[in-house]
Amino acid sequence: MKSIFKLSTKAVVVSAALSALTIGSALAQSAPWHNMGRDATPAEVKAWDIDVRPDFKGLPAGAGSVSQGEAVWEVKCASCHGSFGESNEVFTPIIGGTTKDDIKNGRVKGLEEGKSISPQKTTIMKVATVSTIWDYINRAMPWNAPKTLTTNEVYGVTAYLLSLAEVVPADFTLTDKNIAEVQKRMPNRNGMVFYEPLWKANGKGDVKNVACMKDCSVDPKVHSFLPDFARDAHGNIQEQNRVIGPVRGADTTKPAPKGLVGSSAAAPVVVAARTASGGADAKGMLNTNACTACHGLKSKIVGPGFNEISAKYKGRADAETYLEGKIKSGGSGVWGAVPMPAQDQLSAADAKTIAKWIVEGAK
Amino acid sequence: MSKDLSEVIGRVIPAPENFLSPEKLEQARKARRSFMGKALAMGAGVAASAGAATRAMAADGEEAILKLPEHSTGLGQAVAMEDGYGKPSKWETNLRRRQSPGLTRVDQASVSFTPLQGLFGIITPSGLHFERHHQGWWDIDPSKHRLMINGLVKRQRVFTMDDLMRLPSVSRIHFIECGANSATEWGNVAVPTVQYTHGMVSCSEFTGVLLSTLLEMCGYDKKAAKYVLAEGADGSSMTRTIDIERAMDDCIVAWAMNGEMLRPENGYPLRLVVPGIQGVSWVKYLRRIEVGDQKYATKDEAVHYIDHMPDGTHRQYTGIQECKSVITTPSAGQTLLDKGYYNVTGLAWSGRGSIKRVDVSVDGGRNWRTARLEGPIVPKAMTRFNIDWVWDGKPAILQARAVDSTGYVQPKINQLRAVRGTKSVYHQNAIQSWLVSENGEVSNVQVY
Repeated sequence: MKSIFKLSTKAVVVSAALSALTIGSALAQSAPWHNMGRDATPAEVKAWDIDVRPDFKGLPAGAGSVSQGEAVWEVKCASCHGSFGESNEVFTPIIGGTTKDDIKNGRVKGLEEGKSISPQKTTIMKVATVSTIWDYINRAMPWNAPKTLTTNEVYGVTAYLLSLAEVVPADFTLTDKNIAEVQKRMPNRNGMVFYEPLWKANGKGDVKNVACMKDCSVDPKVHSFLPDFARDAHGNIQEQNRVIGPVRGADTTKPAPKGLVGSSAAAPVVVAARTASGGADAKGMLNTNACTACHGLKSKIVGPGFNEISAKYKGRADAETYLEGKIKSGGSGVWGAVPMPAQDQLSAADAKTIAKWIVEGAK
Repeated sequence: MSKDLSEVIGRVIPAPENFLSPEKLEQARKARRSFMGKALAMGAGVAASAGAATRAMAADGEEAILKLPEHSTGLGQAVAMEDGYGKPSKWETNLRRRQSPGLTRVDQASVSFTPLQGLFGIITPSGLHFERHHQGWWDIDPSKHRLMINGLVKRQRVFTMDDLMRLPSVSRIHFIECGANSATEWGNVAVPTVQYTHGMVSCSEFTGVLLSTLLEMCGYDKKAAKYVLAEGADGSSMTRTIDIERAMDDCIVAWAMNGEMLRPENGYPLRLVVPGIQGVSWVKYLRRIEVGDQKYATKDEAVHYIDHMPDGTHRQYTGIQECKSVITTPSAGQTLLDKGYYNVTGLAWSGRGSIKRVDVSVDGGRNWRTARLEGPIVPKAMTRFNIDWVWDGKPAILQARAVDSTGYVQPKINQLRAVRGTKSVYHQNAIQSWLVSENGEVSNVQVY
């Protein structure tokens, strides 16, 4: 050390950096920035270190029964996922497509080519690890109020979902003690393959092509193209391209032209900037609060269309106050069994704005 | 013939307003189309029908030149307009991020696509960078944002943005591509333009501190550490597993993109940059890095972003975005106004290294010519390519095929399907085909 003190500052840094190449944490110890930041307190680590691994490292102790989970599900989850996890209205279905044999074999038969017994791939068909379900519900659900479930509620909701898939019986209570046993019944537990070449940067791909340059073998047939009726499915493409340059967007409001359009397509078509989604008006709030996920402006999706609500309460004197309350606290039974979750994130003023907008005709 | 074409076509030769009768106009147009009436076209001129009013021109020249416009004769606007942050020209508003109708039900868990059809060079303007949110985006107060590093480290540490931005930084250009980019095309053609087929890729210059610097500072356990978990601070608290070799190689804990701080929809104030790996691993609103010894099987690596293979298994942790390219102009949804010369241009990228070569075919893959690569050519970044083409007016199928520094050749869609089937949603990097029809319209097709 004494000899280093005789060197210039620059030399110390260089010397430290060089030694870091061979001696592990020497850089961290010697770099002039190594003390930047501060130690995390145990409470801070506990608050944020919420991940649960497949070996259940990180899983907090707790318990939740299927019926406890069902109660939470009906209030906080069913509106998006369906009462039985079957919904594809808002999100892809969670439950369905697995069998008792799958539970026995640990492989979901329905994932094989042509063997599917459900219209869509469900979460339970794919997921191999029960820790994944627990971790995700705990960190990210409910969708509009993540991380608000208690540990026992997460156990309960997980148990409820697993009971719908018949992984656990209807009277089951899931706990940190028995979850490893439940893992052994996951329908697709043996369905995952780790394919290292597509994980490592220096791996070799699994699909091979050769860079033929001349008279290469091709199949001259056009195997797939967009049908004419889909011409404007993504709006007017002309309005999605620049108004100058070598090409123009095709005018998809009209049938394809018979011949070259020539410079006649040069007429500038610039679309006025779209009003930003969100904002202080009622429609903006519908968007930022994801109301339109369940309510169409003119149609029922999961819940009634805004036009239907408007029509139903037309002429009712306290309609605005009533709807303001319903928006804030949610409810069920008026329009069907699927409950609308409480919208705690909405301020009273915003709920009032939306209620007023509905009463005024939802236009 | 092609030399004549490239000289004559693609230019508007204006005529005096009402100089030709509609019949004469049609005659001139026909003549020009047939390449027989060059003299007529040159002599009499062809007025663009829709643009006729604006292109009207006196016998001695074009009005756009002879009649000085307002912007040449008046006073322009002041500095620092638009609240001091400039916006694109009002004439450029067509090029914007767009959603694909019907793709998702909820805007907070959706995608907006980059308009690749109108972009130049390799840097994606930050306002056009594609978006993918899993639980909505936030504009987080940077003074309250924290990054925690815990797990198999000597010192579990917390960093403020002040701390991080004092550290030695790097600035590197990298592409970011969603693992589901081009997913709609696995089975068949589904969407009409390159914005929707390939618009979940962008390329930016990112600035931040290398993750390796932070892990060294925390004294990570070099023997036991096999993976890190990256976690976001948003509602979804997105979590992804990254292997330790990659974490110690070129990952950046980034706060800046294209010379300014990250945009909120791209993770302000902090996101992880994982060069070459699918975008979902580039965790936004990065709040925590945990060093561990096992993979984490988080939702987006156990339910989504897994490759459904024909035998019913799923490949898990397939994060590499393999070599890919696409022609951006001319591309589907665009119309070639006329025959003649076109500069065919596009983008190529590889998650395994740099782009070595891009070949272009105009006959559906039978014959190929090597395109010019524009610099800079940077590993795990987009590379712009250009090639000359004279369109003779006949149907043509345009394709680009990239080769990366490992020698990997971008596959055809049927080659990809032969190995991975058609049930997968992710990692579709096949050669894209654009059919140019005789009417000049370009459309999305699949050929083998």
